[in-house]
Amino acid sequence: MSRIGVAFDQARAEGRAVLVGCMPAGFPTVEGSIAAMTAMVEAGVDVIEVEIPYSDPVMDGPVIQRASDIALAGGVRVADTLRIVDAVAATGAPVVTMTYWNPVEQYGVDAFARDLAAAGGTGLITPDLIPDEAQEWLAASDAYGLDRTFLVSPSSTDARLRMTVEHCRGFVYATAIMGVTGARTQASAAAPVLVSRVRAVTDLPVGVGLGIGTGEQAGTAAGFADGVIVGSALIRCLLDAASLPAGLTALRELSAELAAGVRTPAS
Amino acid sequence: MSVDTPTATGRYPDAAGHFGRFGGRFVPEALVAALDELDSAWRTAMGDESFQTEFAALLRDYAGAPSLLYPAQRLSAKIGAQVLLKREDLNHTGAHKVRNVLGQALLTKRMGKRRVIAETGAGQHGVATATAAALFDLECVVYMGAVDTQRQALNVARMRMLGATVVPVTTGSRTLKDAMNEAMRDWVANVDNTHYLIGTAAGPHPFPALVRDFVRGIGDEARQQCLDLVGALPDAVTACVGGGSNALGVFHAFVDDPSVRLYGFEAGGDGPATGRHAASITGGSSGVLHGTRTYVLQDADGQTVESHSISAGLDYPGVGPEHAWLHDTGRATYRPVTDADAMAAFELLCRTEGIIPAIESSHALAGTVSIAPELAAELGREPVVVVNLSGRGDKDVHTAGEYFGVLDKE
Repeated sequence: MSRIGVAFDQARAEGRAVLVGCMPAGFPTVEGSIAAMTAMVEAGVDVIEVEIPYSDPVMDGPVIQRASDIALAGGVRVADTLRIVDAVAATGAPVVTMTYWNPVEQYGVDAFARDLAAAGGTGLITPDLIPDEAQEWLAASDAYGLDRTFLVSPSSTDARLRMTVEHCRGFVYATAIMGVTGARTQASAAAPVLVSRVRAVTDLPVGVGLGIGTGEQAGTAAGFADGVIVGSALIRCLLDAASLPAGLTALRELSAELAAGVRTPAS
Repeated sequence: MSVDTPTATGRYPDAAGHFGRFGGRFVPEALVAALDELDSAWRTAMGDESFQTEFAALLRDYAGAPSLLYPAQRLSAKIGAQVLLKREDLNHTGAHKVRNVLGQALLTKRMGKRRVIAETGAGQHGVATATAAALFDLECVVYMGAVDTQRQALNVARMRMLGATVVPVTTGSRTLKDAMNEAMRDWVANVDNTHYLIGTAAGPHPFPALVRDFVRGIGDEARQQCLDLVGALPDAVTACVGGGSNALGVFHAFVDDPSVRLYGFEAGGDGPATGRHAASITGGSSGVLHGTRTYVLQDADGQTVESHSISAGLDYPGVGPEHAWLHDTGRATYRPVTDADAMAAFELLCRTEGIIPAIESSHALAGTVSIAPELAAELGREPVVVVNLSGRGDKDVHTAGEYFGVLDKE
């Protein structure tokens, strides 16, 4: 079983959900992002999702776009991302990488899988790679023992949902709403339905993402999902802060609030 | 590899939208259902006589098709080739793009959707989409880079007069590619009631094939018109290539005619060697952008590199996947044309024929000037060349006026 799987098993034994926190690599700087991710782990985030900044992130809302732009303007490279994965994995928390497909294709799919595994990454979340186009990634992830998290959506048909889940390993990413990343005030009615549709076809843990930004929302999602994925709200802590230390303080506070949230699942 | 030979018989792309190693779908799962719905509606429409009749009537009565094939004699004498201009510039809204938007608007109606969104660079596709939306009584939102809304204020006004909402995009490089990202984000959130009316033969399957089918009338008409005019097929067909819809539109009917050479002229900007250009095939490499695998201008990490061209309509860092494949198979030849050569051809057509072309189409003219001597030497006679004059130059008068210094100073 992968290290992600172990994290989900432990959380399940404790009667809670896993908290996954996302941060773009190199935001605000390479060292700053390592500090941010380490702070998140120390404050109770179970799994770190390192997003590779990309010039054209069509699944991301304004907050992650801005953070990615800052990282890219700072000159972050894909190779830096692997260094960040390595540093954060040293904290002991499982580190999963989220990436649009083109950076992996240009690095070389097999070489990327090899280097990600060597850096201690557990696998990839691929927002614009569907299993239909993933032959190379399926082979490379098998070769290097990496997890594969494809996304399922409220609009996925039953047949596609089953097919997608069959290609996943580690956990399944259920997108709670039809839309892009970014915290929202309203809870999604579609999310519980989608999670139960996934559960009907697999024993893999299911993480819910998109639109979750508070401890209360995390608790609600923990009531029906195995994992709660938070990105934009955490990134905002750094974007809105006057300095990196102030941002890290806000980041720790929100991480702790979210960690408490996933420990009090709404029934 | 005979199995990979391009043919016009409809065998390509494959069922999943692949043109050889190019094309396909690199999209969020949330969009797959809508793309499948569109794929099904398109396939049904293509085989449905009532759809074809309605589309043909719209093209004829509203857009002005078939467009003329005009023997440009003074230009021909200047360049040593018998030039036949496919006058897409005379269509309603001034370019070939009206064919695509009318086709997709009809499909939108068939799918029962009430809202269309579009991306636009210079504003031509935005204006065309707003036009079709007005005609079909659809809500219309156009995403346009904030840099472009300022450069193209007249087209922004046109879209608003036609009832569209124009949204300036302030993310990324604030140009066409970012407008396309923003349109995709809108579509992911509103896919139930919204059709994304993509403006070129790019994007995820089925868009590249669907757009080609709606603009292929250009080549179908030109092929017959050429036979009627000169009693033979042309020796070459030329077009400019940005995303590539006008080029595919005029190429498609000739793909199965081995004697007809196909030339696509990319925007070479300051010259491919300078890095300031939009020639994705000449100066790019294989990658994934905006939902499809094709040639992309990118750095070693796969980050999209900004393109440059004096022609806003060609200023895009990717190209339709079918062109990538026609290039790989050798069926079509792609070459860059610099800003300077395009503007020289712009002036040449103005002065010889009294036609002000779009700067996009001027790339096709400049490319034709450059290949005429090669073709004449190869054939031992003056070549017959069909040039797709894809759009008119009204929108470019300010740019060209500045370029040639013919605007009065205030």
